[in-house]
Formats: sequence, structure tokens, C-alpha cells
Amino acid sequence: MNRREFNRLLTAGVVAGILPKTSLSFAGGKPNYNIPQKGNARLLHITDCHAQLNPVYFREPNVNMGLNAALGRTPHVVGNAFLKKNHIDKASIEAHAFTYLNFNSAAREYGKIGGFAHLATLIKSLKESAGDDENSLLLDGGDTWQGSATAYWTRGKDMVQAANLLGVDIMTGHWEFTYKDEEVFSNVDDFNGEFLAQNIKLTEDAQFEGKRSYDEDTGHVFKPYTIKVINGHKVAIIGQAFPYTPVANPKRFIPDWSFGIQAQDLQELVDDIKSNEKPAAIIVLSHNGMDVDLKLASVVTGIDFILGGHTHDGVPVPEIVKNSRGQTVVTNAGSNGKFVGVLDLNLDNGKLKGYEYRLLPVFSNFIKADPEMAALIETIRKPHLDTLNEELAISETLLYRRGNFNGTFDQLICDALRHELNAQISLSPGFRWGTTVLPGQAITFEHVMDQTCITYPETYARDMLGNEIKAILEDVADNLFHPDPFYQQGGDMVRVGGMNYICDPTASTGNRITNLTLDNGKAIEANKYYKVAGWATVGSKAPGKPIWEIVANYVRNQKTVNITQVNSPKLKNVGNNPGIVL
Amino acid sequence: MTVSRRKFLNLLTVGSTACLALLTPITSWAAWASDAFNATKVDDAFNNLLGSASTTESDEVKLKVPKIAENGGAVPVSVKTSMKDVESISIFVKDNPQPLTASFTIPAGTVADISTRIRLAQTSTVTAVIKAGGKLYSKSQEVKVTIGGCGG
Repeated sequence: MNRREFNRLLTAGVVAGILPKTSLSFAGGKPNYNIPQKGNARLLHITDCHAQLNPVYFREPNVNMGLNAALGRTPHVVGNAFLKKNHIDKASIEAHAFTYLNFNSAAREYGKIGGFAHLATLIKSLKESAGDDENSLLLDGGDTWQGSATAYWTRGKDMVQAANLLGVDIMTGHWEFTYKDEEVFSNVDDFNGEFLAQNIKLTEDAQFEGKRSYDEDTGHVFKPYTIKVINGHKVAIIGQAFPYTPVANPKRFIPDWSFGIQAQDLQELVDDIKSNEKPAAIIVLSHNGMDVDLKLASVVTGIDFILGGHTHDGVPVPEIVKNSRGQTVVTNAGSNGKFVGVLDLNLDNGKLKGYEYRLLPVFSNFIKADPEMAALIETIRKPHLDTLNEELAISETLLYRRGNFNGTFDQLICDALRHELNAQISLSPGFRWGTTVLPGQAITFEHVMDQTCITYPETYARDMLGNEIKAILEDVADNLFHPDPFYQQGGDMVRVGGMNYICDPTASTGNRITNLTLDNGKAIEANKYYKVAGWATVGSKAPGKPIWEIVANYVRNQKTVNITQVNSPKLKNVGNNPGIVL
Repeated sequence: MTVSRRKFLNLLTVGSTACLALLTPITSWAAWASDAFNATKVDDAFNNLLGSASTTESDEVKLKVPKIAENGGAVPVSVKTSMKDVESISIFVKDNPQPLTASFTIPAGTVADISTRIRLAQTSTVTAVIKAGGKLYSKSQEVKVTIGGCGG
């Protein structure tokens, strides 16, 4: 294909909202990682690796519901509906990358995904095929410093080292802010790239007290945007951190910072960049989550691309959102090091002429580990190997978390809470991170940490009224199913143990959860007390042991783990939703 | 000489003591408006304060308030407009025990741009009402107060 033809294709892609067929470059069941550059500037995008330095298994969800405008829209399709929508062959390696279908056998066939040593090799080769370093940028959407035991024990420092060696140029954040503010600054100072966030400002009090900020006048805690010259062309990158960090995570670690989506500020910033910096393209590196990004793209104009994360959606074909002054291309690049987004831009004379996007699944068995990165990872892990590798029990069940409701690993956590803390009911947060354990594999202490290690891991067991339990479920359900994405927080539904309920995601706020019963079938009464165990309280520190001790103790006392019953709710009014396969 | 924002703000606190004297007449007005501030229904609060519960929705009323409150006890809110002849700016929280939360009189010739913090007992619609040229204009937004947690 000559350059002219390529440009024509690119323009066609831009106009028609479809991508050239080469979007996925896998052939004969094996991935082909030789991706020649199209256009003249290459942006590489990783996000939500959750500190997984080594390759892992990660199962995509079988429930990822969209409602109202999001019904059946990317990313709210799962399984065969996903394959059909994205024109992926069921027997292909991509089908394994993007869906849960035949997970056990496919995971055994194709092996683990991600790992920083493999990412390093892949990213080097993608940069090389773009000419040289001057022709590409590596962007990291955040959730990089949290999710593994070593990240927790080093307060994110191991990941800063790894990101520096990987050559990350720009990042934004979310779980990064679950360390204390001074630790965040220390990590940002150690990071060789730029840490951007247009939507984090000092509170008025903190500004008054002269707390550390990037800009004393505007109150921005971090630099809001940066201008990079790629292959001679100016590109603007704006950082958008997770808007609801102080709501979804403890505010007490970052008391001086205020977040929010700040769509008006973003519009003003984009307009300002357009008129003063005159870049050829404006890109938002976002940790909003896909549904929030899609709405943002419809209300803020002038953004060419939103490279998104947070909701962990592997989106092979980006969504194109039309707005009053043009269009914005919105992507989401999955999680756990499973994918690298490759956005090739054709920039000409200060204008964006075309683009090509692909989301490459990272199959570690097909990529050589980078020796330098492998050595760093070994150094980081060496002091902890005995602890990490402790085999607690053999799992007979596929253990995973991701999905709108209880995964099997969540059920194990909920069972452990009830058993160890002697509770009738247990609650466990609907995080979207946490790696997968295949049947027959040993559950190691590291696996438990992959599912639980947060900076507020303390457990509790206390008496709660039935209507308090319902209120918690309603509150979290609203964060997930509110019709307006700007009111959603992007996590999944809180997981429960020892109880069941009916959930109507289409009902109004406060009316989605009904028929709460205990495992024995007895109704949970509004004004009766029940002993409830849980962890990850955001308001104040809970009194109990860290959750990983509870889970490890519980699993250690069993030879094998077999999850037979999962406390997922019965669903109502979502019959034909292509985001559900049960 | 450039004055940093912090120094400037510090200067302001000194200045604000002097402003107190100017603010005193408002207390007598507040006494007059006690029926409005004590009303427990939003329509009563509207009627008692503004003489009417019907307003015209207007994008000219620029209401800035978070969609999800980071702290329901102190939610930052700002209201401004470029409309002419603004007499007052009032803020109502529909589901608070006493919906009328704040009311500012805007003297002639001053910029209609206020910001304050309000308390939300629970998730509620927040409405800003601007009285300008004898007419009432409003803008509303839902502000969610959540118990938080469980984000991914």
C-alpha cells in the first residue's frame, strides 16, 4: 500500500467511524507484533496495569451491563456478542484476549498475559518501527503504583522504577492517590516522566495555607497538560485523573485535594491550548472510565482523542463521538498489562490528517523478556519471594473477580470473612483489578495480595440493621447503574456473602434492590440486626486485621478450594442485554 | 513587586475585618427572611423569600457544584451570571430539612458572582435562583451524597 492509499484509508476511517481491517494484526493463531508505523507520530498507551510486574492470567467479564444509551454500546457487550460486534473470529487468539469464552482451555493454550519485561520488549519494538524515540510517546493512564504486594510494601516505589525503565513519558492517576499525599509527591518526584491532572486542585483551605501545588494561582496540584513535539509536530496531552478518588477511596490520605470531572475547566483548557499552543492534535489521557469519557466527548469539543482507562475495558475498535464542533475518538485499553494501545497519527502542517488505532493483546509466551527489566523485577521481588510464593491451597475452581457482580475469588474472600470473623453476612468491594487463578493452580499468598492489597485493608465485623445493608447495596448500585455516566464511579457492585437479593438495574435510585434474604432463605428484616463483616472502609480506619491475613488464614486451613455457590443477585428487567451471559 | 496568591489572601483576611461593619445591616433583613429560612418545604421557602415558586430555567444562571459531593457537609457551590439588574442570588437544597440554604443580595453595580459551601443532608437537587429585573431565573443540578467506597 502506498502512502497516498494509506492516507485515503485513514481519512475513510475518520469519516465513516470504521477502522481499516488491519486493526488487529494477528494471523494463524499467533500474534504478529511487527506493526509498521502508519502516519508520522506514534502514541503508545498502557493503563491500569495494577502493578503486575510479572505475567498473569486475567479473565474478562461475562457481565458488563450497559443501560439506557449504553445498552449494547461498547464496552457493554460480552462473550459472543463482543466477538460479533468487533468482527473477531471465535477460534482466534484475540477471542481469548477480549472475552471470557473457553477461558480455562484458552489460557492453558496461550499462556499468561502482560508482565513488564515482556511489555518492555514490545514497547521497544513498537518504538523502533516508528523510526526512533523522537517519533513516539509512551502514555500511562494510571493505576500503576497499586495492585501487587511489592507495590504495597514499597509504597509504589517499585512501580516508579519499572515505569522509568519502561520509558513512560506521561502519566495520570487514581490508585496512586491512595498513598499519603507526601508519598504521592515523593513518587512523582522520582518519576522521570510528567505526571498530569487538569482536575485536581487544592481545596481553598489548602491553597490558603500554601500547600504544595504545581500552580499557586490556579491551585492545580499537578501540571494540567504538556506539549510534546513528535517527529516535528506539536501534540498536546491533557491529564484527567479519576474524578471521584476522594469518594471511592479514603479522602484522609489526600485531605488537601479536590477532584471532579471539571468538564467546564477542560473545555476552557482545550480552547486555550488551541488558540495559544496551536498543536496538530489534542489528546486527553484519561482515568475517567469509558462511559464517562463517552459523555465527556459529547459535551467538550476540540479533543481529538481520549485515551481512556479505569473501567478496564479492552476495546479493540474505538468509539467515535460526534459533538457540536467535530468528533472525538474514545478508547479504553484494558488492565493488568494485558494490552498496549497503538495510535498512529498522520500529522501535517499543524493538522490531524488521519489515524489508525489498534489494541494489541500482550501474550507473554510470544514475546521475549527484556533482560534489563527482568533483572529489575528480580531485584524488587527477591527479598519477598518466600512470602509471595507460599502455596496456601490448590484451587479446583477458576478464581477471578472482574464482572458487575460476585466473581469466584470475591466469593472466596466473602466466605473467608464470614468464617474468620464469625459473621452472618460479608461485604467485599467491587474492584475491577485482581488476577485470575486457573483450576489446578496453587493459590499463593501473592494471589491473595493481588486481590486485596490496598492501603486501607483493615477488616471489621459489626451489627448492622437490615435497612443499613440495603442502603449500602442501593448506594453502590447507583454508582454503577445511574443513567447519567457523570454520576457513576466506575467500580463494580459490592460483593456479598451469606445473603442473596434481587437487583433491577433499570429501577430508579433507591429502588433497585429487593427481596434480601439470608443464605438459609429467611428474609432480611429492615429493623433487625445482622452481624456483617467487611473491609476497605473509606470513612475511617476499621479496627480489624488486614483482609489478606483473614483470607490467607482461611485458605491455608483448606487443602483444596472449591467454590460451588456464588452470591450473585437475581437480575430483573435486563433480559436481552448483550452485556450479560449467565 | 509581585504579591503571591498566598500573601494576597493573607492580606484579604486583614481587610475582611473592616468589611464586617458593612455587613451588619443584613442581619435585620435576615430576621425578615426567617420565614423563608425556616420553611421545611421547598415551595414555601420559594414563596416566603421570593414571593413565587415559579421560575424560568435559564442557562444564563451559571451554577457550579459537584455532581458527587466529596464531603456532603461542605459542598462548594458557585453561582454567577452576566444578566443585568441582578437583585439577589439564592440557593435551595430541595431535600434538606430546611431547603433555603443561602441568599445573597447583590447591590446595584456589583458583579453577580458568589461562592459558598452548603451542607447536604442527602442526595438532592440543588437550585440556584437569580432575581433580575424583578423576574426569577433558575438552574438546577442533582448532587449525589454517597457513602462512598467500592470504586475500582
